[in-house]
Amino acid sequence: MALVTTTLGEMDESLLEKREGTFEDDNELTTWTEYWKDNALVHRSAHVTLKKAPVFAGGEQTNFV
Amino acid sequence: MANTASLCTSFLAELLTGTHNFGVAPIRAATTADTFKGALYVTTATYNAATTAYSATNEVTGTNYTAGGVTVTNATVPASTNTSATAGVAYWTPSASLTYTTVTLTTAFDTVLIYNSTQSNKAVGVYTFGSQTITAGTFTLTMPTNSTSAALVRLATT
Repeated sequence: MALVTTTLGEMDESLLEKREGTFEDDNELTTWTEYWKDNALVHRSAHVTLKKAPVFAGGEQTNFV
Repeated sequence: MANTASLCTSFLAELLTGTHNFGVAPIRAATTADTFKGALYVTTATYNAATTAYSATNEVTGTNYTAGGVTVTNATVPASTNTSATAGVAYWTPSASLTYTTVTLTTAFDTVLIYNSTQSNKAVGVYTFGSQTITAGTFTLTMPTNSTSAALVRLATT
């Protein structure tokens, strides 16, 4: 028996409808898990993994001519 | 052999540890790493390269979320890699995920601001991701690989 934290308190997972999803692009890999009870969202967690920092600071030295 | 003009890669890494100071402030007395934090912002906020410090404006609010966000785990010192006579990269990434445990954040958010809470909350970087909401759940933000090509903070000569 797995308990899930919900807006209604701790509930047995078997009493809830579980929905999961993923999203991936060049920036991130995201997974999410939702639990629904009587057509109401009672729990949503998400895990975002950043793949690459979008900011890249470049620098050049000054050349003396 | 010939000499080659370039910023030194070691200098880039030393920028990340506050070794050099071309200005007049701040005068650093501490020899330990500063404390960095990660705050979440709603999708309608406008944080970007012009951001200079943490602000509570448009920060997420909700159950179990503390204003200012969570402390960044920093167990890995900045590193640097020299790739040629004119190119090198200094880089750093938090050593653990940022975790916001059992929160309810009903207003959609898509941004984390990493900032230095030791140095007057000065901003480090703004990082975005797909819009999220959290309901009685946990939001986990895993950092990119600590490498020259992906690290969260990278300074490079090209």
